[in-house]
Amino acid sequence: MSYIAISQLWKNYGDHVVLERLSKQVEQGEFVTLVGASGCGKTTFLKMLLGVESPSKGQLNLQGAPLKREPDGERGIVFQRYSVFPHMTVRQNVLVAVELRHQGWLSRLTGRLFGKAKQQALADVDAMLERVGLAPSANRYPHELSGGMQQRLALAQALIAKPKVLLLDEPFGALDPGIRADMHVLVKELWQQENLTIFMITHDLSEAFALGSRLWVFDKVRHDPQAPQAYGATITYDLPINQQTANCDDTQQVLAKTLSPHVDLSTAQPEKAGLAAAESE
Amino acid sequence: MRIINRYPSTPMRWVLGLLPFILLLLVYMGASEARLAENPNDKLLPGITKMADAIQRLAFEPSKRSGEYLFWQDTLSSLQRLGMGVGISALIGLVIGVGNGAIPLVRAKLSPLVTAISLIPPMAILPVLFIVFGLGEVSKVVLIVIGIAPFIIRDLQARTLDIPSEQLIKAQTLSANSWQLIIRVLLPQVMPRLLDAVRLSLGAAWLFLIAAEAIAATDGLGYRIFLVRRYLSMEVILPYVFWITLLAFAIDWALRLISRKAFPWYHSAQNQGGQS
Repeated sequence: MSYIAISQLWKNYGDHVVLERLSKQVEQGEFVTLVGASGCGKTTFLKMLLGVESPSKGQLNLQGAPLKREPDGERGIVFQRYSVFPHMTVRQNVLVAVELRHQGWLSRLTGRLFGKAKQQALADVDAMLERVGLAPSANRYPHELSGGMQQRLALAQALIAKPKVLLLDEPFGALDPGIRADMHVLVKELWQQENLTIFMITHDLSEAFALGSRLWVFDKVRHDPQAPQAYGATITYDLPINQQTANCDDTQQVLAKTLSPHVDLSTAQPEKAGLAAAESE
Repeated sequence: MRIINRYPSTPMRWVLGLLPFILLLLVYMGASEARLAENPNDKLLPGITKMADAIQRLAFEPSKRSGEYLFWQDTLSSLQRLGMGVGISALIGLVIGVGNGAIPLVRAKLSPLVTAISLIPPMAILPVLFIVFGLGEVSKVVLIVIGIAPFIIRDLQARTLDIPSEQLIKAQTLSANSWQLIIRVLLPQVMPRLLDAVRLSLGAAWLFLIAAEAIAATDGLGYRIFLVRRYLSMEVILPYVFWITLLAFAIDWALRLISRKAFPWYHSAQNQGGQS
């Protein structure tokens, strides 16, 4: 049995079909990167994994059981922004993740840990901060941190809760290229050490290749020029990423071609539909 | 250099800030002197010494009738009523405002009611309060609460809804239950905004307090002003008004200081343009 099983997943808002016929299996420890033009359902798919949106049809199972239809501790998330709590210091931000998970009645009532349990938790927190390189900033508030450091913090916060699946929604989209490279190293390291299962949305194809072990391309295959919303997107490419595919210029070029016309023409809807229809023929 | 690019130095700013006050004072003193020169018994613009005498009598000599120091007694009574009214309003505002903001089922029930109540002119139901709660302290406190609590509730509801949904989702992925989410994520972030809302509603609170005291009270700053009005005692009214202004300023300043000390993250994030 697969770790995550997606079978015949559809998502539509009224007449507007966003995703259709999505069926995939993902094993534990895979790092799936999701790419695709804007409006092709990547984010909707991630939201369904997260539990914020629910599928219109089909199944989304984690270890054989359907995913809960609200966010819970099984799934961790790092958004592009606003992922950390502005009113807590770096250390408190990570500590709160331990405190909220604790099942004692006092913790459930106050959302806090006290005494010995807190000391223990703080030791874990400090170890985690050390790993993501935030130990020197432990007592600073998020607004005092750079964007990259805030994302490190968001990662630390998500990871200390030990989620079964980690979801990253364009986590490095707002960062400078140099900082982005540092973050890639960090994420790759954490993924390998913790045997995490990760889904990451990105707009950057090279990032998708550099980080993932598997690449999914979201695109529309069916088009009706008279009713552009009648058909949804699905996964058109499912590539394992290894030395060969990552270094093969052909694959990258083909993919870039599939992605770029949509990105460029995303404002010109009819043309986009026509172009893509011609492409799929 | 263009005038929009010229900034006063710190001492200069103080001088410039005080200048209008000094000018006003001088104008008053000049006018008062002119009137008093014409008629030494003029009551409209009493001189500074006359006001000082009046305050000396009210603040530092026991009243001949009750033995109380009236000025301090008035101040204490008014501040008590104001404190109770504003405190209760803040508490109600926090509980209902955050409840409304956080829980859609509560919001659906209470939000229309709060909006409706906030539209009632509080002074219009003052007689009802006097009839229901009597002429004692309760009706004055209730008037303040009815006057400002709806505003605080609505403000805090809006502030709670302003908190990015990413944070709520994040807390849920960290296994928070609804209660934990409210007390660890929402409440602490709303607290500095509660202080802001209280500061904004203090002016209205003073208004309702003085109105209630003017109509039915046996002491209080508003009561005294309206009592001595019968004798045209401007030498008491003007210092009292000045004192009320000073108290209002001090309370506002204290709240701002508390907010800065207790919620440093709020103020520095605001200075950066309110991001995150």
